[in-house]
Amino acid sequence: MLIRFWGTRGSLPAPLGGAALQGKLRAALRKASGRSFTDDAEIDRFIASELTFAERSTFGGNTSCVEADIGSDEHLILDLGSGVREFGNRFMSGAYPGKKKVFNILMSHPHWDHIMGFPFFVPAYVPGHTIRIYGGHSTLDNAFRRQHAEPSFPVDYSQLGASIEFVTLDPAKTYDIAGAKVRLMRQHHTGDSYGYRIEHGGRSLIYSTDSEHKFEETGDTYPFVDFFRNADLVIFDAMYSLADAVSIREDWGHSSNIIAVELCHHAAAKRLCLFHHDPNSDDRSIAEVLQDTRRFEELARDGRAPLDVLSAYDGLEIEL
Amino acid sequence: MGGMVATSEQKVGNASVLSPTGRVDVETTPPLQERLLPLLGTSGAVVVIDFSGVTYISSSGLRALMLGAKEAKAKGGKLAVCALNETVAEIFRISRFNQVVPVYPDLRGALTALDPAGVGV
Ligand SMILES: [Zn+2]
Ligand SMILES: [Zn+2]
Repeated sequence: MLIRFWGTRGSLPAPLGGAALQGKLRAALRKASGRSFTDDAEIDRFIASELTFAERSTFGGNTSCVEADIGSDEHLILDLGSGVREFGNRFMSGAYPGKKKVFNILMSHPHWDHIMGFPFFVPAYVPGHTIRIYGGHSTLDNAFRRQHAEPSFPVDYSQLGASIEFVTLDPAKTYDIAGAKVRLMRQHHTGDSYGYRIEHGGRSLIYSTDSEHKFEETGDTYPFVDFFRNADLVIFDAMYSLADAVSIREDWGHSSNIIAVELCHHAAAKRLCLFHHDPNSDDRSIAEVLQDTRRFEELARDGRAPLDVLSAYDGLEIEL
Repeated sequence: MGGMVATSEQKVGNASVLSPTGRVDVETTPPLQERLLPLLGTSGAVVVIDFSGVTYISSSGLRALMLGAKEAKAKGGKLAVCALNETVAEIFRISRFNQVVPVYPDLRGALTALDPAGVGV
């Protein structure tokens, strides 16, 4: 299973600004001062080895969209945030010759940051394409129709060329979608959200975003522990610090890196990927949160197998 | 994976000092919380939790502190912690709980700050 992150930002797209770019250039020039480079390859090696991720790159600014490519002949996508525009462009450029023009979309919930990419998803305009939008909410289609309606968008939903179906999923059932085994679980979030467990070829992926954990009961018996059990990768909403998540941002529907690590430890998950980054966070602070989270994982491990912790960025690919 | 928390309690001046020991986690937090919240229930109460015997704190323990801080605020009281070991201090920093509850290096420092009359300074 190949996981591609097309959008990893929470709430609102957060483009890299000029001042942030200048900060990266400044850091790079400072580290390169006194050096000379014979060719671009040497510059690239310097960038890769001497600059930190936050200096040489960016976590990106697109909102939630993750592709789970299980190698079947249909596409499987999680959420339709602004990141899906780039997935659609990649598809239109012919990058998926072996796949049918069938797009299976698993929706966490219809909040704006999770649907806003759809009007810019080019494959939706092409007759002959099939788009199946799955989710735990029975009224998902309203959200999609509404964002296409005037005066918010010039092309009405009814003008889309693709055949679009909405399928309501039941958390009590297991589904076969695009060849993968799919289960979902209701999460604590305004208007509810759903987390997904996707299994294929002996590998398992958890996609759990926009989910607040009222952590009175995050011990071994907490239902999410079972849902996350032994997952190869857990993509987890770690938008806030624990202090914020339980105080000024209580009931805002998001979670923290601390809860992420504790749940993954209890569930014996193998890898944790921090996701839904705060649009107010710059690259350096997201990198610091990652470093802190890795440190907390060590402190909290208590004899367990190590949990690999990473932070999602737009363009990240993970092979499971 | 929790051990017992044996929490002793003493009165220093106007302040109540709770001294839990061991790991403060999902299993050991409830009894600590049951002692902490009533202490903060009276108006103007001053409570210091002495962490010198605590080896680890999980999110449940931190949450109990959050509830305590809220209760203190509501009743015009004060809650502080002191004498965190290195691990616990790091967890406070990473979770940002050092911005939720005042942290003091040692018990005397905490008492001096919260209840100066009680320690006779
Ligand atoms: Zn969101
Ligand atoms: Zn949301």
